[in-house]
Amino acid sequence: MATTTGPAEGQMDLLRFATAGSVDDGKSTLIGRLLYDSKSIFADQLDAVEKTSEARGDDYVDLSLLTDGLRSEREQGITIDVAYRYFATPNRKFIIADTPGHVQYTRNMVTGASTADLGLVLVDARQGLTEQSRRHAVLLSLLRVPHLVLAVNKMDLVDYSQEVYEKIHAEFTQFATKLNIPDLEVIPISALVGDNVVNRSENMTWYSGPTLMHHLEHVHVASDRDLVDVRFPVQYVVRPKSDEHHDYRGYGGQVAGGVLKPGDEVVVLPSGMTSVIEGIDLFDEEVAEAFPPMSVTVRLADDVDVSRGDMIARVKNAPTPSQDIDAMVCWMTTTPLKPRQKLAIKHTTRTARALVKDIQYRLDVNTLHRDQDTKELGVNEIGRVQLRTTVPLLCDPYSQNRTTGSFILIDEATGVTVGAGMINSGS
Amino acid sequence: MTTTHADYRLSQLDQLEAESIHIFREVASEFEKPVLMFSGGKDSIVMLRLAEKAFYPAKIPFPIMQIDNGLDFPEVMETRDNWVNRLGVKLVVASIDDAIARGIVVDDGKTSRNRLQTPTLLNAIEENGFTAAFGGGRRDEEKARAKERVYSHRDEFGQWDPKNQRPELWSLYNGRLHAGEHMRIFPISNWTELDVWDYIRREDIEIPSIYFAHQRRVFERDGMLMSETPLNPLRSGETVEERTVRFRTCGDMTLTGCVESSAATLDDIIEEISVARLTERGATRGDDRFSEAAMEDRKKEGYF
Ligand SMILES: Nc1nc2c(ncn2[C@@H]2O[C@H](COP(=O)(O)OP(=O)(O)O)[C@@H](O)[C@H]2O)c(=O)[nH]1
Repeated sequence: MATTTGPAEGQMDLLRFATAGSVDDGKSTLIGRLLYDSKSIFADQLDAVEKTSEARGDDYVDLSLLTDGLRSEREQGITIDVAYRYFATPNRKFIIADTPGHVQYTRNMVTGASTADLGLVLVDARQGLTEQSRRHAVLLSLLRVPHLVLAVNKMDLVDYSQEVYEKIHAEFTQFATKLNIPDLEVIPISALVGDNVVNRSENMTWYSGPTLMHHLEHVHVASDRDLVDVRFPVQYVVRPKSDEHHDYRGYGGQVAGGVLKPGDEVVVLPSGMTSVIEGIDLFDEEVAEAFPPMSVTVRLADDVDVSRGDMIARVKNAPTPSQDIDAMVCWMTTTPLKPRQKLAIKHTTRTARALVKDIQYRLDVNTLHRDQDTKELGVNEIGRVQLRTTVPLLCDPYSQNRTTGSFILIDEATGVTVGAGMINSGS
Repeated sequence: MTTTHADYRLSQLDQLEAESIHIFREVASEFEKPVLMFSGGKDSIVMLRLAEKAFYPAKIPFPIMQIDNGLDFPEVMETRDNWVNRLGVKLVVASIDDAIARGIVVDDGKTSRNRLQTPTLLNAIEENGFTAAFGGGRRDEEKARAKERVYSHRDEFGQWDPKNQRPELWSLYNGRLHAGEHMRIFPISNWTELDVWDYIRREDIEIPSIYFAHQRRVFERDGMLMSETPLNPLRSGETVEERTVRFRTCGDMTLTGCVESSAATLDDIIEEISVARLTERGATRGDDRFSEAAMEDRKKEGYF
């Protein structure tokens, strides 16, 4: 919580970011510092942390304690699940998905990255890039997180050396050419001391880029969304059946892509029926347009049959209904994924069943090597998978739209979410 | 009609609202029998507002349920009734006294009534066959909540297993249940206390009057200011005096403390919150203060 009430209503926006780092790179300390320096920590929370720190005999207040959640994890001293943190500056509200770094928790990092606008990868300046940091970058790129920050931490332990920073910078930039990272910033920091986190470092005058906080506050994210291709998955049919709104019939949903306006000619999939948008309602108001991620209710001029799981798109720009799906899948449970396996699949507002036709390769997320010999995916492994679904999915490539390009796989016996998929193509 | 958004940016409140509406609609579509758990506090009022918007102009397609502990502030009940009447939504009341009378809950005289809420609630969920229960929990409230999913699975005993949560990706929620299980749904997970207040101000909606500064006869107990009431007899050494106070949470009258404050309007409250030094739970919830892990323990048992 910032000390001021912030800008006028409607001016403050939102940034979701995911953090990743290996154990001891200083992730918890950094998050603690962001919360502390933005005054998002309350006295009683700080008190509790000071007491714990003191009881353990720490020399300093361990800011990382602020972000360690559940007791068993506290006892083991590591963060093992995705935890969400919140802080705000006068211009922006931030949601941090704090994810563990170790390879055995890949699924948690994938989870945290799925909703992130920005990924923050930490490295220890003394160690430079490790296999882990490369993997973190690979995962963020696979999840199409559009902005990446590499924070070179513990600069205080390398005498704030420009050389160390430049070397890591060059090495990472080189590696990043193999990935999809549209925007990269490499920032030298000390999470413990505070250099370049919120306040510009006096120890690194050679660095002319932004501080971490400045970058987080100003990075432009609104344009990351697809504002061209109209995609409106129908979620809920609103039919009041009251005297006052006797003939009202609207389609509730959250815009997944493009800009919808009254008067637009649209097509409803999978039926292929066309109509015109009569009006778009947001509660008791009519809006002139709807764009991602607005939740609205769309009314059509014609009495066409529309139900949950359908999609409204433009006549000349609609996804092809596809039952054969080619996707990258992150497997999240200990029983491996194998060909011929049947699962439930949830894609936008549509649920179907899916059969695993083939596992083409397993991706080594450390080296990007494609292993074509193994025909199964173990827990925390990622691979390219072919699926056949019982009903067509109204999908796009994940690289084009993170909402219409993603799905989850559910074990029908246990009900547990066991896989996350990013669509390459459908046919 | 509202104006065109020239730059296609949505404010943080609009984004949070859109996310919450999406969650309400998912649950209404995929669960057989949802219910909204209404505590009377600002968070559950914000939930009601979001549910109202999600289904408008239709009525909210599920009932709301309140656990009556017999110790609620009368002002809170009044606000509840106003909302229920305006929305025309069905209200289910599960009373702790009734649960004790029926032998569902055992009052050993030592357990706080707040803790008796848990079995009363679980029993009401079971008796009514509710499969999804919306709660107003926010992840910023407490460390244990920070890792809880929006769809939080509960076993046949209503327990939460924090080590074994389902991964939750994108906005694809998994609502699969086995018989006897239910789901807790937290549609305002990503809201902070300040977001809630900003939203109440923006929407200009009714909340219980005890949130605003007023004159009240209070006494001090365990460092907290408690309201004078026959339900909460004074202990030796405690004296009552009149002060200008307001409440930051609405709970059990015998456990919920108030703070000295002159914040009489939403603007004042937001100003006060923005510079607050104590989190709302730490400041005024007697039952949360015992240990750092208190919340986690209670959640595992099936508390809100
Ligand atoms: N000197 C120095 N130590 C740091 C810095 N950041 C973190 N540390 C220390 O590194 C250790 C691991 O930090 P922690 O935040 O727990 O790492 P995590 O495992 O990535 O969350 C702790 O002893 C921190 O005090 C830094 O910038 N400089």
